[in-house]
Amino acid sequence: MLKYCLKRLGFVLLTLLLSSMVIFFATQILPGDVAQLILGRFARPEAVAALREELGLNEPVVVQYLKWLFNFVQGDWGLSLSTNNSPVAPLVWGRLKNSAILGALAFIIYVPGGILLGLWAALRRNKPVDHVISVGSLSLIGLPEFVTGVILIAVFSLELNWLPPSSSISPSDGLYRMLPKLILPAVTAALVSLAYITRMTRASTVEALYSDYVRTAYLKGLSPRQVLFRHVLRNALMPTVTVAAISIGWLMGGLVVTESLFSYPGLGRLLLFAIQRRDLPLIQATTLLMTAIFCLSNMLADVLYAYLNPRIRYQ
Amino acid sequence: MTDRANMTDIGEGTGGGTGARAGGDGAAGLGGKPGERETIIRIDKLSIGYETESGYVKSVRGVSLGVRRRESFGLVGESGSGKSTLALGSIRYLAANGRVTGGSINFMGRDITTLGRAQMSKLWGRHIGMVYQNPSLALNPSIKIGRQIAESAQIHQGLDKKASFRKAVETMGRVSMPDPEYVAGLYPHQLSGGMLQRCVITMALLNTPSLLVMDEPTTALDVTTQAVVLDLVASLKKDYDSAVFYITHDLAVVARICDSIGVMYAGELMESGPAAEIFRAPRHPYTLSLLNSIPKFEEEGRKKSLRGIDGMIPSLRELPRGCVFSPRCFMAVDECRLRAIEMEETAPGHLTACHRWRLAEEMEREIRKGKSYPAPEGTPVSLSVDKLSKHYAPVRGALRRGAGKSLIKALNSVTLSVPKGCTLGVVGESGCGKTTLLRSITGLLEPTSGEVALDSQGLPASVGGRPRSLLRRIQMVFQNPDASLNPNQTVAKCIERPLKIFSDLSRAGRREKILEILESVNLPSAYYNRLPGELSGGELQRVGIARAFAAEPDVILLDEPLSALDVSVQATLVNLLLELQVKNQPSYLFISHDLAAVHHISDLIAVMYLGRVVEFGKSEAVFKPPFHPYTEALLSAVPNPDPDAEQVSVRLEGSVPSPSSVVAGCAFHSRCPRVRGPECSDVSPPARRLPGSDAVIFCHIPLEELSAVQSSPYHRTG
Repeated sequence: MLKYCLKRLGFVLLTLLLSSMVIFFATQILPGDVAQLILGRFARPEAVAALREELGLNEPVVVQYLKWLFNFVQGDWGLSLSTNNSPVAPLVWGRLKNSAILGALAFIIYVPGGILLGLWAALRRNKPVDHVISVGSLSLIGLPEFVTGVILIAVFSLELNWLPPSSSISPSDGLYRMLPKLILPAVTAALVSLAYITRMTRASTVEALYSDYVRTAYLKGLSPRQVLFRHVLRNALMPTVTVAAISIGWLMGGLVVTESLFSYPGLGRLLLFAIQRRDLPLIQATTLLMTAIFCLSNMLADVLYAYLNPRIRYQ
Repeated sequence: MTDRANMTDIGEGTGGGTGARAGGDGAAGLGGKPGERETIIRIDKLSIGYETESGYVKSVRGVSLGVRRRESFGLVGESGSGKSTLALGSIRYLAANGRVTGGSINFMGRDITTLGRAQMSKLWGRHIGMVYQNPSLALNPSIKIGRQIAESAQIHQGLDKKASFRKAVETMGRVSMPDPEYVAGLYPHQLSGGMLQRCVITMALLNTPSLLVMDEPTTALDVTTQAVVLDLVASLKKDYDSAVFYITHDLAVVARICDSIGVMYAGELMESGPAAEIFRAPRHPYTLSLLNSIPKFEEEGRKKSLRGIDGMIPSLRELPRGCVFSPRCFMAVDECRLRAIEMEETAPGHLTACHRWRLAEEMEREIRKGKSYPAPEGTPVSLSVDKLSKHYAPVRGALRRGAGKSLIKALNSVTLSVPKGCTLGVVGESGCGKTTLLRSITGLLEPTSGEVALDSQGLPASVGGRPRSLLRRIQMVFQNPDASLNPNQTVAKCIERPLKIFSDLSRAGRREKILEILESVNLPSAYYNRLPGELSGGELQRVGIARAFAAEPDVILLDEPLSALDVSVQATLVNLLLELQVKNQPSYLFISHDLAAVHHISDLIAVMYLGRVVEFGKSEAVFKPPFHPYTEALLSAVPNPDPDAEQVSVRLEGSVPSPSSVVAGCAFHSRCPRVRGPECSDVSPPARRLPGSDAVIFCHIPLEELSAVQSSPYHRTG
């Protein structure tokens, strides 16, 4: 098992190396000269040339990449171009913390919620409850965050006035003061994954409920409750656990939209900000960090699945 | 906790093993007389229905039967006969839309017809043990075997985890499970089918139930494994003092292990009574037809047409008036189609649902009619394979440790030949290389070495290298007609395809030809524009055969063409294949795990084990001593549909080893009951020719020695 984990980790590192290349070269081919961008449209050509020399932009691209990578793995992520040359790393880590809080809250909402809804639907298969949950989750999967978010703001902030429409928090806010501001964005970010997990749980539970081994369990004399807890859940939740782990990666994508919508100072909003300002070091650091989170969540899914499924564990 | 366990027993005392209490016997004709063994379960005029989207379906109608302690009752029927519904319904386990609509079920002296689920839970697993068709699906994949078995003792006997686990291991030992302690710690996917079925049986037996319900427990197993499981089942009713309710489609299995049988058709019981009596003197035309649909191991019956039953089982929504079997019955007269049938006692304990049972002799005469299709003599060799081998490198994936393993020899120097117009049957258990052989002949797999030849002309190894004119000459019929025909293409389109590719007929010419071919496979011309979804399994296989014959091939490869079908349908297809062979003179290569079917239609037989041919020769020579020890074991594993026949039992332990584990010596040495010594495992066996025929046996034991110790597994004593 340890060997398997290490192997997967190796793959993750390889993926990250490849994506670092893609990210670096993609930012290179963005239109516009970085030095020109920093100094503004009316800068003197000599100043631009001097800055180019200073930033190392005259060196071959491969050398630039290797230098950047070398510094990056050492924790030197460069200086942000758009925020008065402040270092990128502390900025990104601070925002990651905020995103993690929001993401964790969303996760706590959609994983148990999705499992419960999915189980409820599966146990009441073809009854009205099941139809409502199935149709509801399907339509939620189809709705992007900027639609559900706007609707939630319209209903809970503007109409009912229960929760604030904006979630800009300040570093001094304690969790108690933050929480009301977090609820709407967390719910918005959670809805799509909630729907996925609900559908996944429902499907795998239905499959387990109609399996031959459940019939065996009933005919062994187990009560419906015992059958559910001892035989159905473990097999039914195996795919769900995997989806939950992968969903951490998806969540990152959802946060870009959600954070912007609610003006929440997280990683997603930072990325959008960096792109708007052509702040290359910031873009590179943020995207690579998001890629890493995505890869790790996928790895977690694989390892969990292998751990839970004896057929894979014992190979 | 342990004291409370006894309280879960039902009916205060009926739960024990005392055979004296005859729970409410004697009411109906099936009950026992006083002093006889107690009737464990009695079903009286039971009807079961299902509520479906397209209306109400009466799956089981008015069935009465009873099973006594230490008795095994075999319920036989083809697919759709309602046997599984009856078996599960009789222990009150039905799908949510199923319901008992009439009659009563009496279990151990107690009416359980209207018992609720919670009350049934106390009987299930405690007094009623259940064994299922597919053991690999019946066990929970993520719980260790021992725990799953132990669970039953935990609930019903109130044992704690440790004690119940010990009980499970002990019971596993009682069903002769090798190394039960170790097996108990494994997950289901780590065991073979035969071992899993033993685990399921252990689970059913754990609380020494009074009734054991077995739903096709050996259908998913290989023939040698089936034999071992059947031996076990036969010993159970004695050792465990239970009644066995055995459901199967296989009459031969019933003949081997059941005391009484019931024959079901379309949800009704056609005939029931003592097994010996029914096999000796069947009274119902359906039973007679079924018995005569199975090929027997008799030299004089070989290559003769079988009875079969035309038509198909009626839809349960539009049942025929009168007798349900009348539309397909060879004895039916107007009366049968008008008057409802009651079961009549035709001999003591023998009940038959037929007006005309007294005409048994006439039935026998009618059913014995049949045509013979002898093989042509002295025809030249058509298809031959010479030293054909197919080796695979071991798989080395990210997760597998393949290093250090030797080559997987799926096919190892196989040499065979078939004369024109004759049939070569290839038999062997799953994993013996039958399918690899077929695929190598077609060129879909490129052999590692060796050659395939047609009329003594070597063929290009790969299908891509063969010209069309060659492709036409080898055609194939597949195992599963459902899956091998395109569901969106009409019957005509399917047959037209080879005509388009291989012939230069015009559109009108093709149409005429298709109609001609349809007629030759006994399909009405109305099927021309039908889609596969509208056809039954047997009809689909006729289309598959028609498609193969449309190319007018010299060789037809038949890959288990019958195994997905009911016996009555198998028989009609055997007849069709025999007839078409005589008419068009193609050679057949018939691959099957059903030895009786292979024996029936083959002129030559090759027995394969682990990618090698162990015996090859004329059918009459192969199925007569001396045998290769593997052939002997296979033959003795096949249950005989004649309960009077005494069978020699040679049993194989374990399962077929992986093809990569055999390095030198005889492939069979690890399981051979007649293994002699180091020569078997180290030296590859010599080809021994049988005197007076060209059959060969690959074995270290001299033929005279084999002849001296072997006798035909099929000789009648009575």
